[in-house]
Amino acid sequence: MKWLTGLLLSLGFSLAGAWELSGNAAIEGRGFFQDPLDSRQYDNDYSLSLDPEWAHEWDEGRQSFVLHLFGRLDRHDDERSHWDVRELQWIYAGDGWETRLGIGKVYWGVTEAMHLVDIINQTDLVENIDGEQKLGQPMAKLSLERDWGTLDFFLLPYFRERTFPGVEGRPRTQPRIEPDQAFYESSREERHLDFAARWSHYIGEWDIGLSYFRGTGRDPLFVPRLLPGGEVVLAPYYEIIDQASLDLQATLGEWLWKLEVMYRDSSSDRFTAATGGFEYTRVGIFDSEADLGIVGEFMLDERGDEATTPFNHDLFAGLRWTANDAQSLEILFGAIVDWENGSTLINLEASRRLGQDYRLNVQLRSWVNADKNDLQYGFRQDSYLQVELARYF
Amino acid sequence: MKKLLLVLLVFSAFSAMAETPEEKGLAIAREVDARDTGWGDFRASMSMLLKNRHGEESLRQMRVKGLEVENDGDKSLIVFDQPRDVKGTALLTFSHKVKDDDQWLYLPALKRVKRIASRNKSGPFMGSEFAFEDLASQEVEKYTYKFIRDDELDGKPVFVMERYPVSKYSGYTRQLAWIDRERYIPLKIEFYDRKNALLKVLVFRGYQQYLDKYWRADEMFMDNKQTGKSTLLTWKDYQFRTGLKDSDFTRNSLKRIR
Repeated sequence: MKWLTGLLLSLGFSLAGAWELSGNAAIEGRGFFQDPLDSRQYDNDYSLSLDPEWAHEWDEGRQSFVLHLFGRLDRHDDERSHWDVRELQWIYAGDGWETRLGIGKVYWGVTEAMHLVDIINQTDLVENIDGEQKLGQPMAKLSLERDWGTLDFFLLPYFRERTFPGVEGRPRTQPRIEPDQAFYESSREERHLDFAARWSHYIGEWDIGLSYFRGTGRDPLFVPRLLPGGEVVLAPYYEIIDQASLDLQATLGEWLWKLEVMYRDSSSDRFTAATGGFEYTRVGIFDSEADLGIVGEFMLDERGDEATTPFNHDLFAGLRWTANDAQSLEILFGAIVDWENGSTLINLEASRRLGQDYRLNVQLRSWVNADKNDLQYGFRQDSYLQVELARYF
Repeated sequence: MKKLLLVLLVFSAFSAMAETPEEKGLAIAREVDARDTGWGDFRASMSMLLKNRHGEESLRQMRVKGLEVENDGDKSLIVFDQPRDVKGTALLTFSHKVKDDDQWLYLPALKRVKRIASRNKSGPFMGSEFAFEDLASQEVEKYTYKFIRDDELDGKPVFVMERYPVSKYSGYTRQLAWIDRERYIPLKIEFYDRKNALLKVLVFRGYQQYLDKYWRADEMFMDNKQTGKSTLLTWKDYQFRTGLKDSDFTRNSLKRIR
């Protein structure tokens, strides 16, 4: 029996030694400047999050395994208190090919303000309304790298529903969205097998991607529902869609030119949407070490006021300050303005390192002049300041 | 006939003597490059200790892979391990002899590969005193040259020469380099800013020879004479000809990095 214990112990130690842990733990506070529209919502909030990742590599780096978890405990919002398997993946790569099996994350696109063509992963919207936090997506993926570009094929066997703020949550729509009322076009619901393919390449200054997706659309339509208690809520409706898209970037000296275009076909609609613009960066501004970038992007959706995104006829203008100092101070300040109804979202994001292992992140979002016809109208009282301190390990 | 031969001999001797400082500088740069050709590929780890004027320190740790490319600039991949908030961030560079380098940055939190403007080469690398251009593949074509004088540095015979960046996006007007006469390797470089004032001094220390041919410094110390800040760059675990291929230096390979 002793030898078995010894064997298990040594095996445990060797496995434990081979696993590499990294990630962060963070504390976050949010303060809202105005009273909520719905008295059930909170004024201030704080929460704790944990974001650990374990990785293990073998076979001279050809094979690897990743487990990446995320969890948050929120003081007020039960929907924002949640956890997710961001990644649980076995990766096997050879010369010119790669397979991935499990839960993973994929990013497509080039623009800064809006991520139009990025469709593989569902948005974890309760995390941040900027839509950059994503839920883990079950997938089987094959990549082939050739002289004429990279081909990716995806089989996506399980759909993840978008997360939305709960009754107490802010910022949120009025009326609120009730995820329990979600319904699907497909009779297989979240078990519909989705498919995607992508070709991407770079030729000189140009980076190009052409993608196709067929399956359950990640962004739902909303249908009003009357709950038994008499409350009106919005029920997410997930359609089957066909989507073809292009993303393109030209890197010309200090100028980056960007374009994302997509065409979507569903039983309810057919439309085109586009976003694009430029980023111009000046290094060593005012004889300092710092860089100053100017970003300008348009957002256009053929559906106009019927669009499911508020960024349907909008312009983004922003300044990015990168100090290039030891603390990596970075500040992004910008505004998204709807050129038809004037609704404006002002956005400030700043971050810097503290010591060797801490990072401080500050975000300010403010809705100004929100118009009744804009989807952001429900956020008009929800301007907030968020401060997060993260400890990395 | 004999006379003609004599004339020719005298003439060729004269023309050798008349090698201009520019020609001699270029010849030295070509010899430096020729002696450092054929290493194939390498892996190494690199750390940077940043120090400000008040003596406050900050550490960066990276893993570096390089691949020699025939008739073009080299390919390189830098993966960050420290500070931990940028762990997994990676920088892929395809350098070129004359045209701008191609460069992609991988952001692990978003799983996003971002093509970046490589002309922004005068900017600091990770907040250090090294600019991107100081760490880039040193191709002969990236500068013009001028031999200044023969000299000695710490008892070693050296060539002292100037080199002038071809790119108008460089942060320097000129660099003054002390090149070891026996081994054809840089021992010290002074960097002069756009106003032609002394900006930084780089000293190479602890040269070691790999594969019986290629010299690599264990330490590169960059001292900023204008701000009082400094960066000590230390190389460790150099391995050459490890079997790296083009497929280890693709945009897709960035996403596999741990």
